Amino acid sequence: MSALTLARAQFALTVMVHYLYPVLTMGLGVVLVIVASLRLRRPDEIYDRMARFWTHIFGVVFAGGVATGVVMEFEFGTNWASYSRFVGDIFGAPLAAEALIAFFLESSFLGILVFGEKRVSRRMHWFATLMVALGATLSAFWIVAANSWQQTPAGFHIVHGRAELTSFAAAVFNPSTPLRFLHAVLGSWVTAAVFVGSISAYYLLRGKHQEFARRSLRLALVFGLVALAAEVVVGDAHTRQVARTQPEKFAAIEVLHRTQEGAPLAVVGQPLPEVLLPKLLSFMTYFDFNARVIGLDAFAPEDRPPVTATAMSFHAMLWLGLGLGVVLTLGVFLWWRGRLFVSRRYLRVLYCCLPIPFVVNEVGWVTAEIGRQPWSVYHLLRTEDAFSRSVPASHVAISLVMFVVIYIAVLGLTLHLVRKKVLQGPDGGAEKVLS
Amino acid sequence: MILDLVWFVLVAVLVAGYAILDGFDLGVGFMHLLVPRSEEERRLCLASVAPVWDGNEVWLLSAGGALFAAFPPVYATVFSGFYLALMLVLLGLIVRAVSIEARNRGTSPAWRCFFDRCFAVGSMLVSLLLGVAVGNLMCGLPLDVHGEYAGTFWGLLNPFSLFIGATTLAMFAMQGACWLAMKTEGELGKRAVTAALFAWAAFVALYLDATLWTPSDAPWLFVRARQSFAPWIPAPPMILCLASLPILLRRGRLRLAFLCSSIAIACVVAILAIAACPIFVLCTNDLRRSLTAFNAASSPRTLLTMLIIVLCALPFVLGYTAFIYRVWRGKVRAEPEEY
Repeated sequence: MSALTLARAQFALTVMVHYLYPVLTMGLGVVLVIVASLRLRRPDEIYDRMARFWTHIFGVVFAGGVATGVVMEFEFGTNWASYSRFVGDIFGAPLAAEALIAFFLESSFLGILVFGEKRVSRRMHWFATLMVALGATLSAFWIVAANSWQQTPAGFHIVHGRAELTSFAAAVFNPSTPLRFLHAVLGSWVTAAVFVGSISAYYLLRGKHQEFARRSLRLALVFGLVALAAEVVVGDAHTRQVARTQPEKFAAIEVLHRTQEGAPLAVVGQPLPEVLLPKLLSFMTYFDFNARVIGLDAFAPEDRPPVTATAMSFHAMLWLGLGLGVVLTLGVFLWWRGRLFVSRRYLRVLYCCLPIPFVVNEVGWVTAEIGRQPWSVYHLLRTEDAFSRSVPASHVAISLVMFVVIYIAVLGLTLHLVRKKVLQGPDGGAEKVLS
Repeated sequence: MILDLVWFVLVAVLVAGYAILDGFDLGVGFMHLLVPRSEEERRLCLASVAPVWDGNEVWLLSAGGALFAAFPPVYATVFSGFYLALMLVLLGLIVRAVSIEARNRGTSPAWRCFFDRCFAVGSMLVSLLLGVAVGNLMCGLPLDVHGEYAGTFWGLLNPFSLFIGATTLAMFAMQGACWLAMKTEGELGKRAVTAALFAWAAFVALYLDATLWTPSDAPWLFVRARQSFAPWIPAPPMILCLASLPILLRRGRLRLAFLCSSIAIACVVAILAIAACPIFVLCTNDLRRSLTAFNAASSPRTLLTMLIIVLCALPFVLGYTAFIYRVWRGKVRAEPEEY
């Protein structure tokens, strides 16, 4: 295999495993802020237990995120040196800003959040919780802004074969940044909500920690449903923005081969037999049944993204995401009917939903990144021209094997530690085991 | 021009901040196999760094990010040139991050012993290889016409660079032992002081030796130090701090000792940065290809924007870093504090 293919595999592996961590901690941080606020307003032993339990899990997952994430900051230089030279003038800034503004904030206050309850006042502990959540969200902003610049570059001009900044604001708030940032953040909120709900459902099914589980489940359902409703609106707006800013990605998502007016929507596509709804795609994209939608034929074959992977990952995200919406809505409905905590069938379904939001977030990113191909920076730099020329394939192979082994180990360890804490429960003698 | 130099200084400051702050928790990483004798003591050692190591590591990410933003060709050439070495650094960083989090979450002695060793090995690997990387930058690198590293992996493991790696290891051991001496008490504290004295002796010996080696292996640094007065400015405070360190340790002025060790590290970084300025990577096969703060800088607009961000963010960062160290001030206690 070529060094390029190996480098791409390595980046995909490291970034996808890494994202499993922040996608949970970003949302769980908000859950912690909600619980800490409730606790500050109305001190109650149940809120203490909730705060401690979810903070413990937050701590375990955050550590995994730090461990897997440090790689990303280096990988642009090690594996994508040509890319770094080409875009460094623009792309480096948000990365540095992320470290300076976001990472310092979250890592510094994390120590107080996890270890410092007895060292600082309640109000200070609440503030530390808020800062950790804020840091995580700011971090998402900068990294999504950097990635969005690759999708829809703005605020630059090309000088001496490299992109140079003309407007920092235009580069950071490029056409896709705001929607993609909201999309990613809301996705992480849904993930945390389903995670909290699923573990609560597990306790209810086992008849353990009832009061704790009920409170957590209600919080999760409200938080999750609000986030998911907003996500549907943002996701829809984002898709229409992609149609305007990256038409070939949009054509690949919707498997539209031919540019046409009144384009049909493929409700079911490959690998299943196609079901087409006439004119619907034009309407959904431009609110006009006869609008012209650009198809893949408008682009040279070497400029088209891989259609199958883009379309399948997009539809997996869409249907699984909507499925989660059904589950959360049903939960709120059962709660209203007073049957939430007794319907074992529902609790079992919710329990089984645990991995789904992670999958949804991952395939969403697959759509975004595969759909950007063959470009590393949209219409400016091809992926094949972006990687490090001085690094031989054998070296990338060695590091790839190393990352496969270590990332599986880290992932396994995180799962083990989270599972252990869940089995131990919120009352478990954690305080005695840990220092 | 001024902006380029300002950013050269800022990168050096971030590297110095990293060496001082992560320096002590890397040092604790390998000293905790030597200094503590019991499980209780080992736990105290780790508890002294547990709430802060994560923030310390952000200095490395900031230095990397700043290098990427301000000097992209340097970031690209150095990081791709040191490929396998940096992958091992990453391995070390991952292993130590996981180990310190995992070790107290298991109860069996085998579990803890395993992660203690992982933490130590990871910390050593990171310290050694970052030192080797600095050693290679001191020697200079062969670059091709595109500015890419033209040597081999084995070329990076030359005796001089390995020696600088060992010196860095000793420097962090000194910093880590001084931290432990400051944070612990009783028998454990005494042993930490002894360890700090040994590490100090090792560092001073290695550093002197490395200085004597510089004229032959990194002649350009030596020539610049002879031509100009500037690289010598940080030398007196460094000598003063290193000379007073053993006295302070023996007299039990442990906070002052840690401060001296930190200042000495800052001076070590400063001497190197001033001697090298404005050169980041000296190209050994064609001097004109060398990467400097002038020919490798980002556009003035980027540098200025980033400078404004740094000037806005840094007071906050320093402010809450100081606040957090204040929260954790004093001797580390055995009471269980984590959830």
